[in-house]
Amino acid sequence: MFWDEKTETLPKKDLEELQLKRLKKTVAQVQNVEFYRRLLREAQVRPEDIRTLADIEKIPFTRKQDLRDGYPFGFFAVPIHKVVRIHTTSGTTGKPTVVGYTRKDLETWADLIARNMTMVGLTDRDIFQNMVNYGMFTGGLGFHYGAEKIGMTVIPSATGNTRRQIEMIQDFGVTAIHCTPSYGMHLAEVAEETGAHLESLTTGLFGAEPWSDAMRAELEKKLGVTAFDSYGLSELFGPGVAFECPERDGLHIWHDCYLVEIIDPRTGETLGDGERGELVVTPLVKEAMPLLRYRTGDITMRFEDECLCGRAKKIARITGRSDDMLVIRGINVFPSQIEHVLLRIPEVGNHFMVYVDRVNHLDEMTIDVEINRDYFSGELQDLARIQKKVVKELRDTLELRTTVKLVEPGSLPRFEGKAKRVIDRRGEM
Amino acid sequence: MKENKFVIKQISVFSENKPGRLAAIARALQEEKINIMAFSIAEADGFGVVRALVDKPKKAHEKLGKLGFNVAFTDVIAVQMKDEPGGLYETARILGEGQINIEYAYAYSGKEAAVLILRVDNVEAAIAAIQKGGGTLIESSLFQ
Repeated sequence: MFWDEKTETLPKKDLEELQLKRLKKTVAQVQNVEFYRRLLREAQVRPEDIRTLADIEKIPFTRKQDLRDGYPFGFFAVPIHKVVRIHTTSGTTGKPTVVGYTRKDLETWADLIARNMTMVGLTDRDIFQNMVNYGMFTGGLGFHYGAEKIGMTVIPSATGNTRRQIEMIQDFGVTAIHCTPSYGMHLAEVAEETGAHLESLTTGLFGAEPWSDAMRAELEKKLGVTAFDSYGLSELFGPGVAFECPERDGLHIWHDCYLVEIIDPRTGETLGDGERGELVVTPLVKEAMPLLRYRTGDITMRFEDECLCGRAKKIARITGRSDDMLVIRGINVFPSQIEHVLLRIPEVGNHFMVYVDRVNHLDEMTIDVEINRDYFSGELQDLARIQKKVVKELRDTLELRTTVKLVEPGSLPRFEGKAKRVIDRRGEM
Repeated sequence: MKENKFVIKQISVFSENKPGRLAAIARALQEEKINIMAFSIAEADGFGVVRALVDKPKKAHEKLGKLGFNVAFTDVIAVQMKDEPGGLYETARILGEGQINIEYAYAYSGKEAAVLILRVDNVEAAIAAIQKGGGTLIESSLFQ
């Protein structure tokens, strides 16, 4: 099924024409942003130098760090009164990355979500429970407005209280759900434990963290859904950037809205179809916050073959990241954020190790931190107080519950050169 | 102050809760020929504190510190108890009547008597109250 068949199946030539037109418009739009005026001036690229799609390679990349440096509104290309919504994502040093939306941006975004949900067969007959965070995280409101646009019956259940979630699925006859794959697994287990049946469910949309095909099989078996992968990031509106079609072999990225490049993350060199590298995206329709050649950090490749469904070329499901970002229960965490928090707490040292495990299908993060020799009073309760303080400070910054282990001073590994402070033990399942 | 002779220096050692830590501490003390009169382990979430009364607390502190252990001195007092039924009750009654709040305690039963080692919030007040209640405190010189 198509939401916007004409756009979704544009012939290659027409699509490229549209992309070029929109790229030129975007290059004009970024002139309102000081960062881009300087970037383009330094690269000696004038807007009129962009004559073909290939000319985009003349433009330098934009990195997540650039967006952080622009905190809070440095990347807005419209006056603030034209911005009708703000979302944020976690930053590495306590300051989040801010993303803004004009009224038209919100409409475009909802439209893309509507495309995705229609593509997997959802209609106004479906009852949709949106089990993700509705706050600053883009996943909640993003899906909400897209689903409403289709005319689905939307239940903004947000996160938490799994038993209540199950009750609503049963009582409201929910047919489609959206959540992180790990929460989906948790939901399935709680349903199993309590003997709850979820037979109304047909469709599961899972995103915000990478998940394997083994996990897909498990989710489908346990929840009785067909599971679809959803990809997005706040800098590109949020969820809805790319999505699986019923073929479920790779993600359709919306080429009329996102110009895709795959690069070698080390050299920045552009790679061809079938070559794995970092996804670089130039959004083509954003008003409030246009970006040029944004390095997503996500590793994928562009497929060589077309898809049976008639839409344009797909990218592979995301297999990892080119930087050190971790995704814990759908929330982005940078090890440097942890370092930053620890620096503020004199009772503990600045060395740390992070262990990530999957316990009952939920991500658990354990942080080992050394006690500061000078702050050891000899009393156990003082140690417990320090431990609690670290947990609280981390929760305030990361918006995540973590387990903190106090270890002996000098016992953690010291690194020369690149530190390997993160041990991700989540594996395949 | 006169009461100071009853204040005993306990060594408190921070230790992760993992195999071999106690052995490492005990071996260090053995190497310095330090005798342990009493000790206990208090544990919390993933870590603990090893508390010990030793005959040479300064030397123990130095040695363990040199090995990288995090060590602190803690002031405790020791009360002698009768090593017979009711012995603990008699001592505990004195502490209760003296309004002494115990943060933690551990005990051992030696050749001559049983001994209760106490960590209290106000050492001086506790010493006075125990003496007033008729309890017998052990001088630190007996240990150290």
